[in-house]
Amino acid sequence: MDQIAFLEPRPAVLSRRREIVADLLDLLPEGCLVHEPRELVPFETDAFVSYRRLPLAVALPETTQQVAAVLKYCHRYGVPVVPRGAGTSLAGGAIPQEDAVVIGLSKMSRILEVDFANRTATVQAGVTNLAISDAVSADGYFYAPDPSSQLACTIGGNIGMNSGGAHCLKYGVTTNNLLGVKLVLIDGTIVDLGGKALDAGGLDLLAVVCGSEGQLGIVTEATVRLIARPEGARPVLFGFDTSEEAGACVADVIGAGIIPVAIEFMDKPAIEICEAFAQAGYPMDVEALLIVEVEGSEAEMDAMLASIIEIAGRHGVKVVKECQSATEAALIWKGRKSAFGATGRIADYICMDGTVPLGQLPHVLRGTAEIVAKYGLRVANVFHAGDGNMHPLILFNANDPEDAARAEAAGNEILKLCVDAGGCLTGEHGVGIEKRDLMRHQYSEVDLAQQMAVRAAFDPQWLLNPSKVFPLEGRPAA
Amino acid sequence: MTPIHEPLSEEAAARLVMIAGLSATPFSISGGGTRSLLPATDGAEQLSTRGLNGIVAYNPAEMTMTVRAGTPLEKVEAALAENRQMLAFEPVDLRGVLGSSGIPTIGGVFATNASGPRRFVAGAARDSLLGVRFVNGKGEIVKAGGRVMKNVTGLDLAKLLAGSHGSLALLTEVTFRVLPMPETAVTIVVSNLNDAEATAAMATAMALPVEVSGAAHLPESVRGRFVGGALPDGAATVLRLEGLAASVSVRAQKLADAMAGFGTVSQCDAGLTQRLWREIRDATPYADGTSRPLWRVSVAPTAGQQLVAALRLEAGVDAFYDWQGGLVWLRMESDPEAALLRRYIKAVGGGHATLLRARPDVLAATEIFQPQTDAVTAIQTAVKASFDPAGLFRSRMTG
Repeated sequence: MDQIAFLEPRPAVLSRRREIVADLLDLLPEGCLVHEPRELVPFETDAFVSYRRLPLAVALPETTQQVAAVLKYCHRYGVPVVPRGAGTSLAGGAIPQEDAVVIGLSKMSRILEVDFANRTATVQAGVTNLAISDAVSADGYFYAPDPSSQLACTIGGNIGMNSGGAHCLKYGVTTNNLLGVKLVLIDGTIVDLGGKALDAGGLDLLAVVCGSEGQLGIVTEATVRLIARPEGARPVLFGFDTSEEAGACVADVIGAGIIPVAIEFMDKPAIEICEAFAQAGYPMDVEALLIVEVEGSEAEMDAMLASIIEIAGRHGVKVVKECQSATEAALIWKGRKSAFGATGRIADYICMDGTVPLGQLPHVLRGTAEIVAKYGLRVANVFHAGDGNMHPLILFNANDPEDAARAEAAGNEILKLCVDAGGCLTGEHGVGIEKRDLMRHQYSEVDLAQQMAVRAAFDPQWLLNPSKVFPLEGRPAA
Repeated sequence: MTPIHEPLSEEAAARLVMIAGLSATPFSISGGGTRSLLPATDGAEQLSTRGLNGIVAYNPAEMTMTVRAGTPLEKVEAALAENRQMLAFEPVDLRGVLGSSGIPTIGGVFATNASGPRRFVAGAARDSLLGVRFVNGKGEIVKAGGRVMKNVTGLDLAKLLAGSHGSLALLTEVTFRVLPMPETAVTIVVSNLNDAEATAAMATAMALPVEVSGAAHLPESVRGRFVGGALPDGAATVLRLEGLAASVSVRAQKLADAMAGFGTVSQCDAGLTQRLWREIRDATPYADGTSRPLWRVSVAPTAGQQLVAALRLEAGVDAFYDWQGGLVWLRMESDPEAALLRRYIKAVGGGHATLLRARPDVLAATEIFQPQTDAVTAIQTAVKASFDPAGLFRSRMTG
């Protein structure tokens, strides 16, 4: 399976490989450059494993200045650069190319400052998402965006993809929780955007950097917002006989003005996969399951749950299961958050990320089932229902090229269905290479040209992560 | 009198811009003209969104609304109120302090990122903005973003346009997220704290799991000018709680207990709370009919009072604080003291100041937006050119 094209490697770069490696070795401290082909293998792909390219070299800088030095060098010699956090991208955002230097932020993993009076944390880009919450939890705070890969994924990667998670229904995604960054531009210039003060004094460049998939610069430090942890939180399971009923229930809960902190959806295949993996106590005799989490004081949670149970009743809810202990609650989330990993144990899969208006959920779920059946494949649906962010996992056999091609084709059709339903191609995973060639389905040429012009304002030569996001044809001449 | 253009459709607006490009006629973009004190640059013709009016789509169950940019904010808020929904960021109404008339438009709200007291917990206007349609400087009609809550499909141009003050493009349509109105709200008042004590009290309140949705400090010099003097004597540190009635009363008790160590605690009911926070939002004490320089300053929450304390030693200032202390409304006695203010902002850890009001000649002579570093200015200039290569859209933000 290799339908998605990468840019042709630049011969002028490939032919200078040895000199480039020698120069980078001079620029970086010992142990900060990977260049032996065998040692480059771990960097050849990310979590979108169907595609892989061995990079020219991998720089693992320890400081912002070193990032700047490498970028300045690459800019001078026209060498493409692919930024990398933990390599957990599901969209191929961190997959390198043969003529690229990967800049990995894994060595920049220090928490620089925690400032409770201002409710901020300033961290290096290679800090993992979960490490921020871990560092502040003893003091009663947390960092809200919580992608399923939060144990591994880095804040730098989260900023690149504007990551979300299960709890962003209430707290927003990365862009809503990001106060400032230290950004290294392609020519090596270091700029600070934002900080502990809210909002921008000039153009809101931070807003466009977040979610730019490493194409505008490399973030080396970030200041994020901390939130006081709620008094309590309680996930409750709601089982339904059909996905449509579950979807309609979600729309009615939100429509009634109730915003739980999370509403997660699983269909029967997903329930079976996750239950087998985590023994979370999910009901097995239902076709669709909602995990609804409410938070606050006991009284608040009781009141909110009563309203939700009442609405679920109108949609023929079959099982309502409240967890009895913190251990049970943790298991419920463990099952949900390990959905991708658990699926990976039983089959290869690709994970879609289309987002649709809430009212379209039943329609899109039905359409997804039809598309997958048409291709003779299986699907497990597990996703953030409260904000319409769908994650159909299309199961296939990677050793069978035809099966893989069918899965990719089915995925593309599902994403087009999401766009046609008034939604978008990707809610929180990013475009990467995976959805790049579908961008014209969502945007007109003029729309794309405007985005590309903004991109070029930061990186006129298109050196930063160049094979990603924008279709390869129709790009402006660098 | 410079000509005012009011295209009645997006297509007409695009045509107008395209034709203006041929003669290099610059525009100054406006909505309802409520910020008329911020004058356009010389020779620019006014391009108003007023003719682009109407709610395009509103689906309360999906908590999103799509509206043409020139639609009066009032109309948007009325439609939302019918469904007990609201704009989470509490758009600011500056007509009082600016002494201006005009009708605030939804496009103007997003173009200025005008966010009120709830901003520090619920996000700014830009955080509610999901998608836009706009006319760029080439006269092209462009769409960005969409109408779903989560969207990382390409660059987030919608948020970039929020707060761009008409410097990049003419917004023609905005799609934004709305939230349910809270059932009720109360305000806990802690009396007689000085600015530093108030800052500590507000930080303590924000550390509690009680979901404070407004945290302001009204020093003694301004306190009496809020809600007709209905707050208790002395400085007032005010903390708002919103939500279901049963939950609010429990949280109010918890918060009052925690604040008792700081000073005398009292409580405002829902009616007074609504009035108070509206006046904090609109900086009502400075709706004083004067043109004394008025700054809106954003710094870290703990830095607000440090900034004011430092300025007091060198200039005549009057101030109050919102956003846990991080938003400072600052009225200067005579001179705007821009250089002094910006030096101290830097000294207390950085942030930005916007001059909202002053005598016309002073406004014209002062950098009203925060000057940026050379490197950031260079990016801003390049970004501006990517939307508006011929520089048709004149704005004080990018020149």
